[in-house]
Amino acid sequence: MNIITCIKQVPASSNVKVDSNTGVLIRESNNVKMNPYDLYGLETAFQIKEMKESVDIHAVTMGPPSAKQVLEEALYMGADEATLVSDRRFAGADVLATSYTLSQLIDHISNYDMIICGKQTTDGDTAQVGPEIAEFLNIPHVPYVVDIIEINRDGIVVKSTYDTYDEIVSVKFPCLLTLDKGSQVPRLPSYKRKQIMKTHQIETITLDDLDDQNPNHYGLNGSPTQVEEIFPPDKRSDSIQIKGSNKEVTKEIMDILAKNRYL
Amino acid sequence: MTYKILTKEDIATLGRIVGTEHIILKKDIAIDLTHDELGAVSAYPEIVIEVNQTKQVSAIMKYAFQEHIPVTVRGSGTGLVGACVPIEGGILLDMTKLNNIIELDPINMTLRVEPGVLLMEIAEYVEKEGYFYAPDPGEKSATIGGNIATNAGGMRAVKYGVTRDWIRGLEVVLPNGETIQTGGKIVKNSSGYAIKDLIIGSEGTLGIITEATLKLIQKPKKSVSMLIPFLNREDAIEAVPQVISAHSLPTAVEFLEASSLRFSEEFLGKRIPHANYDAYLLISFDGTTQSQIDSDVDIISDMCVNQLGAIDVYLVDTEERMSSVWSARGAFLEAIKASTTEIDECDVVLPREYIGPYLAFTDALSQELGIRIPYFGHAGDGNLHIYFCKDDLSDGVWQKKRDIGFEKMYEKAFTYGGLVSGEHGIGYVKKTYLEKQVGQTQIKLMQGIKKVFDPTNILNPGKIT
Repeated sequence: MNIITCIKQVPASSNVKVDSNTGVLIRESNNVKMNPYDLYGLETAFQIKEMKESVDIHAVTMGPPSAKQVLEEALYMGADEATLVSDRRFAGADVLATSYTLSQLIDHISNYDMIICGKQTTDGDTAQVGPEIAEFLNIPHVPYVVDIIEINRDGIVVKSTYDTYDEIVSVKFPCLLTLDKGSQVPRLPSYKRKQIMKTHQIETITLDDLDDQNPNHYGLNGSPTQVEEIFPPDKRSDSIQIKGSNKEVTKEIMDILAKNRYL
Repeated sequence: MTYKILTKEDIATLGRIVGTEHIILKKDIAIDLTHDELGAVSAYPEIVIEVNQTKQVSAIMKYAFQEHIPVTVRGSGTGLVGACVPIEGGILLDMTKLNNIIELDPINMTLRVEPGVLLMEIAEYVEKEGYFYAPDPGEKSATIGGNIATNAGGMRAVKYGVTRDWIRGLEVVLPNGETIQTGGKIVKNSSGYAIKDLIIGSEGTLGIITEATLKLIQKPKKSVSMLIPFLNREDAIEAVPQVISAHSLPTAVEFLEASSLRFSEEFLGKRIPHANYDAYLLISFDGTTQSQIDSDVDIISDMCVNQLGAIDVYLVDTEERMSSVWSARGAFLEAIKASTTEIDECDVVLPREYIGPYLAFTDALSQELGIRIPYFGHAGDGNLHIYFCKDDLSDGVWQKKRDIGFEKMYEKAFTYGGLVSGEHGIGYVKKTYLEKQVGQTQIKLMQGIKKVFDPTNILNPGKIT
C-alpha cells in the first residue's frame, strides 16, 4: 500500500512579520516548523504502516529549497520517501494553483492508494488544498478525519468530526483524507532514524518534470485569487472581576460559562 | 515562648497603618490562609494584614516588636514545608499586593521588583524585552519573595544555578521595623558578611524582603529538548554524570519514570509521545545560535545511543512538542497529589553519583513498608522529589509508616553526603531532620544568627531551628 502525505513548512509562531509594501508574509528560515495538522496526518500514516504489511509512506511538500527541512523531519519521524516540488514559476500560488501543482506532482509519482493531508495549515487556514487536490485527481476525499476505524483491501472506514456531529465514512481507494486532531499523538523525530536517513536523497521536481508544463497554470499566473492583506491573528483577552460570597461567585461563573456555551 | 494576644487597641492601630479594608480578622480568615500547598501543618493567625508599601511593613514590625506579637510572612502559599504557616498565631502578613515591577535597568541588566510579583509575571515581563531571568522552579504562581526566601531551585539549575545566584540586592525590613539595603545593582561584593545571602533561604525568619534586584541576561534565542528512553532506571541514571561531563552544558536534565508519566497522562487527560518505555531522561539545551544547539544535540544523542544504552533520542524542538512533553513533567506533583488521599514529600539533594542507589533504596523501602512512593527528580543536580502516598491507609497507620519511612530516607541520604532539602526548604515539618543532619554546633550557629536579627523571636517563630 502506498500513502502520500502532503506536508508544509509554516512560521513557528503566530507573531509573523508582513512586508508592508507587498502584503506578503516574510518567511524567516530560522523560525519555521512543520504545520501541526500535518503531524496528525503523518502520525496516522505511520499507524497504518504499523497495522498493515508493506506500507510505503511518501512525504511531499511544495516550497522553496529550504522546505526540504520538513521533508527531512518526516523521514526522521518514519517516512520512507520524500519529494520536494519547487520552481520559481510556482511562486505566488493561491489555493487553486497550489492544489493543482500538488495534484500534478502526485500524478507524476502516480503510484498511490491514499493521500493524507493535514486539515489545514496554520498560516493559510483555508482547509481547501486537500479537497481541491482530490478534485483535480478525480478521487473521493473525506475531510476532518480524526480516527481510522478499519482498513480493508480496497478501502478505508474513518471517523470525521464536525462542529455538532460525527460522521463515519467508508471510502474506496484511491482516496484523500484531511486529518484533524484526534487520538493520535504525533511521534517525535528520532535520532536513530536520522542516522539511517541522513544520506537519503530527497528528489526535487520542477515544472519541467510535470505533465502539464503550461506556466499559466502555476504560480501567480495560475491564481485567480490574490491576497490583499495578511496580518497576525488578533490577540484579545478580556477579564472581568466577580465579587461576592463563594456561592454567588460560583453561580455567576457557571452562568457565564453556560451563556458562552463552554458547558 | 508566650506572645501577646491581640487586643482591640492593637487591631485598631494595625488597621490605621494599612486601612481597615486591608485587614481580615479571625472569624473571616479563609481556611486557605492557614496552610501551604502541602497542608501538613495548619494554624490560624489572629489577623491577616494585606500590605502594599514597604513603610507599612516597617510600621507593622515596629509595632509588633514593641508589643511582642508574632509575625509570619506569606506569599502565594505554594510552599511545601509549612514555612508560611503562623503556628504561633499573631499577624499573617500577606505580601501578594506588594507586587509592582519597579524598574528594568538595561545598562546593569537588572530588574527591581516587589516581593509579591509572581514568577510567571517576571518571565513574561523580561522575555518580551529580550531578557531572561533563568531560575525556573516548577510552581510559576509562586511569588519572587517566596522563591528568594526558600532559595528555590528549579529545572534550569544545572546550567544557571538557583535563585541565590540571580539576586543582586535586597531591601529588607528587620524584626524591629528598621529597613536595610543589602547588595544592589553591583556584580561583585566583597564588603563584609554576606547579609543578602543570609536572608536568601532564611524562610522569613530573619527579615521581610520588601524589594529585590534580580540579575538578568540576554534571552537565549533557541531552546531544544530531547526525550531519551532507556530500558530501565539504572541505565538512565547512570547516563546523567556522563552527559553532564561531556563538552556541552545542558540547561536541564530531568529523570522521568513510566509510572509518573502515567499519573500525568491521566491527570492532564492527554497522551505523551513515546510513553511506552520504563525510564527517560529529558534533557534541554539553550543557546544563541541554531548551529551551537544542533552540535550539542548531536554530541549528546550520539553519546546516549552509542555509548550509554539509550533506546533512541527523540527531538522536542517546537512549541507544540515542548508543551506536550514538558507539561507532563510540570504536572507530576499535581498528578501524584490527585492520585491519592494525602502525600508527604522528601526533597533530598544528593551527589549525582548516588541517585541510582538511592532510588533503588526508595523502591525497596516502598515494598518493605507497603506504601506507594512515586518519585521524579532533577537528575542533573541530584535533587529528588519523593512522595509518600497515604492512599487508603488509616490516619494512625499512615503516620507511623510515614515517620518510619522518612527517618530511613533521610538517614540513607545523609550516609551518601546528601542534604535534607534541595529547594523546598526546612520550614516547620523538616526541622528534626535538619538537626539530625547538621548537628548541634551548626544548629547553635543558626540560632545565634536568628537571635542577632530577631532577639525577641517574633518573626516566623518555630521555623528552621
